[in-house]
Amino acid sequence: MATDSDATNAMNETSKLNLHSIRTVLDKAKGPNYWRSLDELFSVDGFKEFLHREFPRQAGEWIDDEGRRNFIKLMGASLALAGLTACTKQPTEFLVPYVEQPEELIPGKPLFFATAFPIHGIANPVLVESHSFRPTKVEGNPQHPASLGSADVPTQASILGLYDPDRLQTVNYIGETRSYTAFLEAMIGQLGKQRAKNGAGIRILTETVTSPTLYSQIQAVLKDYPQAKWRQWEPLNHGRRMGAQQAFGQFLNPVYKFDQADVILSVDGNFLGNGPGGVRYARDWASKRIVRGGGTTQSRFYAVETTPTNTGAKADHRLSIKPSDMATFVRTLSAAVGGQAPGGAGDLSSQAFFQNLVKDLQAARGRSIVIAGDDQTAEVHAVCHYINQQLGNIGQTVVLTPSLEQNPVDQLGDIQALVNELNAGQVDLLLILGGNPAFNTPPALNMRGAIQRAAMRVRLGQYDDETSEICQWVIPETHAYEMWSDAPSYDGTMTIMQPLIAPLYNGKSAHEILAAFTVTPELSGYQIVQNYWKNKQKGGDFDAWWRQSIHDGLIKDSAPAPVNATAKLIEPHPPREAGEGNGYELSFHADPYILDGRYANNAWLQELPRPISRLTWDNAVIMSQKTAKDLGVTDEDRVAITANGYTVLGAVWRMPGQPDGSIALSLGYGHRRVGRAAMGAGFDVYPLRDFSNLSYIRGAQIRKTGELFRLAAVQHHFAMEGREPVHEGTLNEFRNDPYFAQKESETPNKLITIFPQNWEYHGYAWGMAIDLTACVGCNACVVACQSENNIAVVGKEQVLNTREMHWIRVDRYYKGHPEAPEMYFQPVPCQQCEDAPCELVCPVAATEHDQEGLNNMVYNRCVGTRYCSNNCPYKVRRFNFLLFSDWVTESVKLQRNPDVTVRSRGVMEKCTYCVQRINYAKITAEKQDRRVYDGEVVPACAATCPSQAIIFGDLNDPKSKVSQWKAEKLNYSLLGELNTRPRTTYLAEIRNPAFEGAGEVS
Amino acid sequence: MQQPVELPDRIEVGPVIDEGHSLASVSDKITGIVLKRKTTLGWIFGFLVSFAVLQNLMAAATWLFVKGVGVWGINIPVGWGFAIVNFVWWIGIGHAGTLISAILLLLNQSWRNAINRFAEAMTLFAVMCAGMFPVLHTGRPWLAYWLFPYPNTMDLWPQFRSPLLWDVFAVSTYFTISAVFWYVGLIPDLANLRDTSKKRWQQLVFGGLAMGWRGSARHWQRYEKASLLLAGLATPLVVSVHTVVSFDFAVSIVPGWHTTIFPPYFVAGAIYSGFAMVLSLMIPLRHFYGLQDVITMRHLNNMAKVTLATGLIVAYGYMMEAFFGYFSADTYEKFMIWNRMTGPYAMFYWTLILCNIITPQFLWFKRIRTNVFVLWCLSIVVNIGMWLERFVIVITSLHRDFLPSSWSMYWPTLWDWMTFTGTLGLFLTCIFLFVRVLPSITIFELRMLLPGARVKEPIAQ
Repeated sequence: MATDSDATNAMNETSKLNLHSIRTVLDKAKGPNYWRSLDELFSVDGFKEFLHREFPRQAGEWIDDEGRRNFIKLMGASLALAGLTACTKQPTEFLVPYVEQPEELIPGKPLFFATAFPIHGIANPVLVESHSFRPTKVEGNPQHPASLGSADVPTQASILGLYDPDRLQTVNYIGETRSYTAFLEAMIGQLGKQRAKNGAGIRILTETVTSPTLYSQIQAVLKDYPQAKWRQWEPLNHGRRMGAQQAFGQFLNPVYKFDQADVILSVDGNFLGNGPGGVRYARDWASKRIVRGGGTTQSRFYAVETTPTNTGAKADHRLSIKPSDMATFVRTLSAAVGGQAPGGAGDLSSQAFFQNLVKDLQAARGRSIVIAGDDQTAEVHAVCHYINQQLGNIGQTVVLTPSLEQNPVDQLGDIQALVNELNAGQVDLLLILGGNPAFNTPPALNMRGAIQRAAMRVRLGQYDDETSEICQWVIPETHAYEMWSDAPSYDGTMTIMQPLIAPLYNGKSAHEILAAFTVTPELSGYQIVQNYWKNKQKGGDFDAWWRQSIHDGLIKDSAPAPVNATAKLIEPHPPREAGEGNGYELSFHADPYILDGRYANNAWLQELPRPISRLTWDNAVIMSQKTAKDLGVTDEDRVAITANGYTVLGAVWRMPGQPDGSIALSLGYGHRRVGRAAMGAGFDVYPLRDFSNLSYIRGAQIRKTGELFRLAAVQHHFAMEGREPVHEGTLNEFRNDPYFAQKESETPNKLITIFPQNWEYHGYAWGMAIDLTACVGCNACVVACQSENNIAVVGKEQVLNTREMHWIRVDRYYKGHPEAPEMYFQPVPCQQCEDAPCELVCPVAATEHDQEGLNNMVYNRCVGTRYCSNNCPYKVRRFNFLLFSDWVTESVKLQRNPDVTVRSRGVMEKCTYCVQRINYAKITAEKQDRRVYDGEVVPACAATCPSQAIIFGDLNDPKSKVSQWKAEKLNYSLLGELNTRPRTTYLAEIRNPAFEGAGEVS
Repeated sequence: MQQPVELPDRIEVGPVIDEGHSLASVSDKITGIVLKRKTTLGWIFGFLVSFAVLQNLMAAATWLFVKGVGVWGINIPVGWGFAIVNFVWWIGIGHAGTLISAILLLLNQSWRNAINRFAEAMTLFAVMCAGMFPVLHTGRPWLAYWLFPYPNTMDLWPQFRSPLLWDVFAVSTYFTISAVFWYVGLIPDLANLRDTSKKRWQQLVFGGLAMGWRGSARHWQRYEKASLLLAGLATPLVVSVHTVVSFDFAVSIVPGWHTTIFPPYFVAGAIYSGFAMVLSLMIPLRHFYGLQDVITMRHLNNMAKVTLATGLIVAYGYMMEAFFGYFSADTYEKFMIWNRMTGPYAMFYWTLILCNIITPQFLWFKRIRTNVFVLWCLSIVVNIGMWLERFVIVITSLHRDFLPSSWSMYWPTLWDWMTFTGTLGLFLTCIFLFVRVLPSITIFELRMLLPGARVKEPIAQ
């Protein structure tokens, strides 16, 4: 019938574009199984129309009468049945098993991939633990000389940065979401114009470039567009770069050999566990400090610094001087080392510190190191290089290699030039790859205004930060674990970085952005990096080389050969006249964790207590007790600091060991944008930084505002109160009486208890020992533990009420005079007591001893009386007062270690010696019918410890390392007099002072 | 055999019951409060205020269940805060009732007859308030029943070495015995009310509650036996409950908690605060209900004396605590007591000394003991002092224990205060309801005090 055929025709027409047909079209497609881009899909007829209709066509009209009835029937039934299921909240989830199991993947068994996490361009070699191709935890790469299995704080925390939900998630054009293709189109348009004028309007602003692939790409762009210019800017490390240049006449990279140094002078250096090579330096340094295994010698370590750092805290003698005296100090030292009678700084050289330092340095020619800190001026760096040369250390303990930077330049000049060009209106296309120049450049440049003068502003960045705010095109940048790249480590050993996961937020790497300048704008990072190395690695089997290099996480023998260079004593930099006289000296420091602010949105880092101040979530106006008294302020008083024509508001924190009249400020805080963790944390001190001297500024005015600003410190008491939790002594004391540490505390007879003591551990008896001499207080163990054990972040408000959740903490104690205190670190995890006070008092048996001596915590059984914590003399138990774990943010869930319970509210938790790792090793061993090897179980804290201060193992094996450590004469139990008999013990700290009185103030 | 020597009458401040009362007038007076007296505006006002304050508890507990115990000020190291302070305080208050109804019964202290019902009711309500805190303070209150030993699929018992578990037994036993004792004592009076009331519904309600009491000699004989047995059961509880509560602290290793003096010191403190609370409630009660003739000056005088005696024991406890802190030569103990006296919470400690040691010394003077208003004020001061004592014990011991790195402070939050005041509201609400609907004074026991009730019997040889 006519009507019938009409209806069929109509149906055919309407159904032309339903989902089914699109699927059919896609199914028919040959080649790759999936469409690669929307464009490919767009080629399907009418697809656009399909997208624009709110509903598929069939949804509008009921063609099948039967279907409508059934639908209503089913709906009625569903409504009736809905009540039955409404009681439980069960999300619909589809579990799809692997049809083909990926090679190497065994569900439940993690895989480890080698890559690197570059910080300021310097690779931190890592192995990333991956569960079902989901990176969860970072470990150091044991094969790599820069790591040897350890990792520093920002590297440990990098895994959280990967899953940060605040990262940029889409390509944006003036606040609107666009496709990457649209960006490429815009670029093609702009580049077409630029080609005509040889790229005269193109400026590329990067951070310090160390990646050879990226450098070759930039070179290619500059070749194509000869008038284009490339600028570099980073707010840190200027002194380090320019100091070497000024001393040696060329850009060089000093590599220090602390394992060969008998005398070390750190000039405001913070090399123990921080900065490039910090991980390796800490281990080398510790190797000359530990007195385990019958050692009776130690290197001697002097530190001169302004604000106390964890490095200075480990020094045998620490001198605290104002930042402006630093250059004078090193020059006086240089003169004294050279045999000249000291002149000028008479009071300085007369000090015991100085005299002994000179004597020791002179006695250790070729076996000493003078190292300047990264926050110091170029002058101090240059003079330190010169002193090393005077002492014959160059080539011995200080090895020079070519600069790790691909094109080292004076970045201050570079950024100045860029600003001039911008202000002159010469820039049509400004490409900002990474960094955050609108935030971290000196205010005199007015970078914010200058950038906005460029016609087309393209930003590649991870966050919607201060720079993204003023750029038109904002492209989400990949995280280091999402991209292919390459980077050198501190000694130049090259790592090819491989991605662990496809970009979570469709990010692009700098390599991929630069490909937009070429004829192949969609080239993948993989192709770009591989092509570079293919050209470089001629001859031999490239594929095998490539596989080997990626697998190992380093390119064999890629460390450059040492360079011979001679340092000269540079002329003193003209002292800055303005601002002298009265006023305070401000010194600027990279934050030990968030550095120049690049990791400000990492909540683990924000909540990690700073080594000395123990502050979280904020920077502070660090000053001495006396300065605070002069100003009439105390902790948490908000003051207004005026310098450089700007005023900022910050809260005071008094710090013993800070020289009077000087104020230390951490960079990187006070973001207006970026993300939830970064915003509201601290105050921005970049405006106070003057162009002529990025290290410090004089003549600052400070005014009390009368306001109060709470600062969240995790430790409120700093003295040991005569209790000596840290047992320490000098090398001489140790030589005279090796057992002094054990004599310091009384350990009662273990039978003084009402509980039977005849229990024997037949299998394993796990134990831990911590060498306080080796511990450098860097706090890497804390983040490693947080990452491994799914430990929640609680936020500033909760830290203020001391509810932080860290299972291991690094206590810091002061001793001696408050102006020049000795500082000690003590990592405190759960002590796993044999007679555990916590177990006795739990009413529901939620914390119990097991047959291997572990003090287990059964989360499911815990009702949360908190009695165990009250009765714990070490206060290592942590309680979920509220729902601290993030159960909502999807991306953060991916980070979690699937082997560790995510704790809910109302449950006690604590260190378990990483019981999941113990069990993993036990299962492996059992399958092979053997005992667990010594060193097979390494808890997260011990694994990452840069100075290897923590050892773990089986106490039943007398040959195990931990048994040997515990047999040391320095071994003692914390609060041993309580007869808790902890399984974690400490080796007393031994220092090697040259004279009485470890600290001094100038 | 020698006749027992008749001891001379002690110098009393007054009779246990004023002259002029007959068996009938006592009945009328007490039952009248419940049955005839109109609900006064004062009662309505007091009840509404108490009930409104009770809403603090409802709001605070709801918020607590929604968010978790983190809404309170507790932290690490101070894992226990207001909840435990209040728990111990309320439990302590309960003790006076049990002492009055059980021990004084066994000791034949007939003056107790006028106050024991009220004191017992107070015990019950105080234990109700106290019992809530251990549940509220757990991190996962919906699992608090795991503290009870019951057969379960997890095949797990509670951990019997934990004092918190002993607490569960002690407090639940205490509540059960107190409730039964109180109710058994009520039965003859409920029957009295049933017989006196004129309204049908009242007769039905009181009749049901009276459980068929007819006042036969057999009833009375069984009643006396049950009372004695329950008193015998309750007597050890007076000592044991607070001893067990003190074990929560004494069994731990925390300096300031780990002391052998705690059990007697806690029991004395409990009775001390309990009697103070009885005074605080009884004085307004006798005033507003015109009960001066049955709750006489003699009662107040006696209670003041007990308060003074127990207060002196408590003072001895404080002194011993300080002495042993010094005498132990233990770093932590010495520091603990020094920190209490001079640390950040020193103000609390010295206020506590003022309230609990200095102020009660006024009770040596008869003029003060018999000045109703001053006595009432003193009782309030003692109540505050005893609350402070628990605060000092719980907080100052925890906030600075062994490792100086963990030292911190504890300050209560709004929710802490609302929970605490809310339980005060609950307590007063219950008291108001009690005095309105039940005879707050034991009628038949009061009648036994009348001269007419005395039966002269020849003493059996």
